[in-house]
Amino acid sequence: MGDPAGIVLAAAHVSKEFAGVQVLFSVDFDLRKGEVHALMGENGAGKSTLVKILSGFEQPSSGQVLLDGQPVTLPPNGLAEAMGICIIHQEFNLAEDLTVTESMFLGREITRFGILDRKAMRAATRKALNQLGAKVDENAVIRTLPVAARQMVEIAKAISRDARVVIMDEPTAVLTKAETEVLFQQIRRLKAEGTSFIFVSHKLDEVIALSDRVTILRDGQWIKTAATSDLTGEKIAQLMVGRELSSLFPQKREPDVDEEVVLEVRDLSTAFVKNASFRLRRGEIMGFAGLIGSGRTELMEAVIGLRPRQHGQVLANGVALPAGDLGAGMAAGMAYLTKDRKGRGLLLNNGMTTNLTLQSLSQHSRHGYLVPASEAKAMERARRRFDIRARDPRIVVGRMSGGNQQKLLLAKVMEREPRIILIDEPTRGIDVGTKQQIYNFISALAADGAAVIVVSSEMPEVIGLCTKVAVMREGRIVGQLEGDDITEHEIMRYAAGLKTAA
Amino acid sequence: MAIEDTTPRRSLLGDMDLRAVAPFVALALLLLLGAVANPNFISLANLENVATRSAFIAIIAVGATFVISSGDLDLSVGSMLAFTASLMIMFLNAAPIADPFLLLLAAMVLAVLIGMACGLANGLITTLGKIEPFIATLGTMGIYRGLTTWLSQGGAITLESREIQDLYRPAYFGSILGVPAPIAVTVLLSLAAAFVLYRTSYGRHVVAVGSNREVARYSSIKVDRVRTAAFVIQGLCVAIAVLLYVPRLGSTSATTGMMWELQAITAVVVGGTALKGGYGRVWGSVCGALILELVGNIMLLSNFISEYLIGALQGAIIIIAMLVQRSLARRV
Repeated sequence: MGDPAGIVLAAAHVSKEFAGVQVLFSVDFDLRKGEVHALMGENGAGKSTLVKILSGFEQPSSGQVLLDGQPVTLPPNGLAEAMGICIIHQEFNLAEDLTVTESMFLGREITRFGILDRKAMRAATRKALNQLGAKVDENAVIRTLPVAARQMVEIAKAISRDARVVIMDEPTAVLTKAETEVLFQQIRRLKAEGTSFIFVSHKLDEVIALSDRVTILRDGQWIKTAATSDLTGEKIAQLMVGRELSSLFPQKREPDVDEEVVLEVRDLSTAFVKNASFRLRRGEIMGFAGLIGSGRTELMEAVIGLRPRQHGQVLANGVALPAGDLGAGMAAGMAYLTKDRKGRGLLLNNGMTTNLTLQSLSQHSRHGYLVPASEAKAMERARRRFDIRARDPRIVVGRMSGGNQQKLLLAKVMEREPRIILIDEPTRGIDVGTKQQIYNFISALAADGAAVIVVSSEMPEVIGLCTKVAVMREGRIVGQLEGDDITEHEIMRYAAGLKTAA
Repeated sequence: MAIEDTTPRRSLLGDMDLRAVAPFVALALLLLLGAVANPNFISLANLENVATRSAFIAIIAVGATFVISSGDLDLSVGSMLAFTASLMIMFLNAAPIADPFLLLLAAMVLAVLIGMACGLANGLITTLGKIEPFIATLGTMGIYRGLTTWLSQGGAITLESREIQDLYRPAYFGSILGVPAPIAVTVLLSLAAAFVLYRTSYGRHVVAVGSNREVARYSSIKVDRVRTAAFVIQGLCVAIAVLLYVPRLGSTSATTGMMWELQAITAVVVGGTALKGGYGRVWGSVCGALILELVGNIMLLSNFISEYLIGALQGAIIIIAMLVQRSLARRV
């Protein structure tokens, strides 16, 4: 791999496991002085974990991190900045109530005789922002800034620290084309001065435009490292996804073409989602694929009525639903299963039964009071139907395993026997065995005549379950695939913006 | 025990919710302490007296249990009581109805409506106004208190009619089946409140909203409506306390019900309800009110500690109760 003296930062046979789940398998990675090295892979491929290990936020379970060829243990919590390694996180890391200048110099304030030298700090901030061509006021409070401006501040912060290595995790996700171009110019300038960049992105065109080398990860494994000039967007997409679909999924069943449409969404827009239209037939499982932040959850929440919509129509069984009225959506036989199991799905400090019946209490009340025996019966039914296992039936839900929580959440949503079910990330953070149970259940629901939407960031899931797939990108449905066209390759091309339907 | 049970029984302690039991254990220990300190303490007359005196705080605390369980807080209850009682007395004094019995009945209905309206105001300011309940009810606390001071012109508002006084007296000083009226009212109200909190959809919704508002919203629970209703229930409970307060003294002033909000919140927390919401104990709150009153009573009857330290001791109790609650919660 070239001259070892030119390698600034490297990972050698790095593995990482979280609570018994291995997410990185002996990965090698090296970063040369003055290069932009792109790190690519699907969601869950291990990019973020590798980046965290290279910046000290996580320690590897085995393997080594090498700085200038020497094995090092990087200090945690961003202290690696002192060693010249800066990371710009996907989630912002700015204290909201500080001004731009204050946050730029947080923890390394310039002082004169022990007193803050505000003037010097403001001037330095202005200079850093000007270099980036950012028209952000150095005295503005972070909270008042739009997301793109905050991103610019983050980038200016990293650059102003004279970092040797800058790690950027999806830096352009919130930037406009013009802003991205300015950022790239700065990256090229700093690169020429010898700064090295690790660039994590899903956007193939940006990676090709900016990077010198690309490393591709898949399912926590190192797949390939190559010079960008030797690769094409198509080739990268192929390397990212090339994986066999296992027998994890039940047989697909395509609904009849003339089967009735039970859910129709026409031209729906919210603050972020633009002009989404799709139709869902009885007995159909439809997938929604796309990158994180592409607007899938927002669309589903607007469809069911958890979010206001700006315009557009939602028709359930031919009847138009009022906007922003969850009660009406549910009354029309719809249900939504949130991807945020712990924050929005379940009451973690309560027992299983309380959670199960929370949105179907009317089924268990007689003359206005609740009948515990009826609730207990429902719990027993759900336990058998969904194979919910708990060592103690009175356990609080927060102490159950992720898989059992997910089954309980599914049971809760199914208590009202909905016929149009929107499932957001059906198998996030659960083991393979439980995944298979959930896939079988979804398939059985459809076979029974229910209509199901599966929103998932795990592509095999969408491909293995669905007979129709909509791909979203930046708030829009950019393509709909059916039958044999549903491949990882096709989905990735739409999701990454290489292809758009007419 | 003669009860047949098909499920295997666990050890008795393992089966109990320690958080729910702890306040009652504390109450029993206090009774024991009192009995040792002074033989007169354990007499029926003294205990009845303590229970009667704790009734106001207990009744308000029952309402506060709903508000706190749903994740909110109401600081205005003391001033609300003074305000409602003042208006009720002024209505009785104005005597727009000739028949004394009907007049009293109308005044009672009016007090209930005013209490509920005050609660509704708190609820709407908190939910529609999206203001922290601490701040919203701090504001209304000042408003209700200020209005009371203004109505009384800094002095007292006193029930004038002798006839009404005599007619109304038994509501506080009378007894039902040998039980003093305030105790009977507290018990009946707590029974009803416990039923609502534990055995109705509304009660379940209160707990869900207090546990996690987002989960409640995603479960199609109308969060703002549930929270507002809890404030209205609090107002109703304050009004019921007013119905007992007016026949007792027949007079209000600018200092009526001063600091009662803190006593009510203390009673609720000592009783095991989680201050951050999501877990409510109606009978625990009643027990908490009794504990507060008992501590004062024991200090009066014994000579260990100066009775001037009552406030300090009550303050210490709330801190101890929180520490105990947290250590128990960790194990559950």
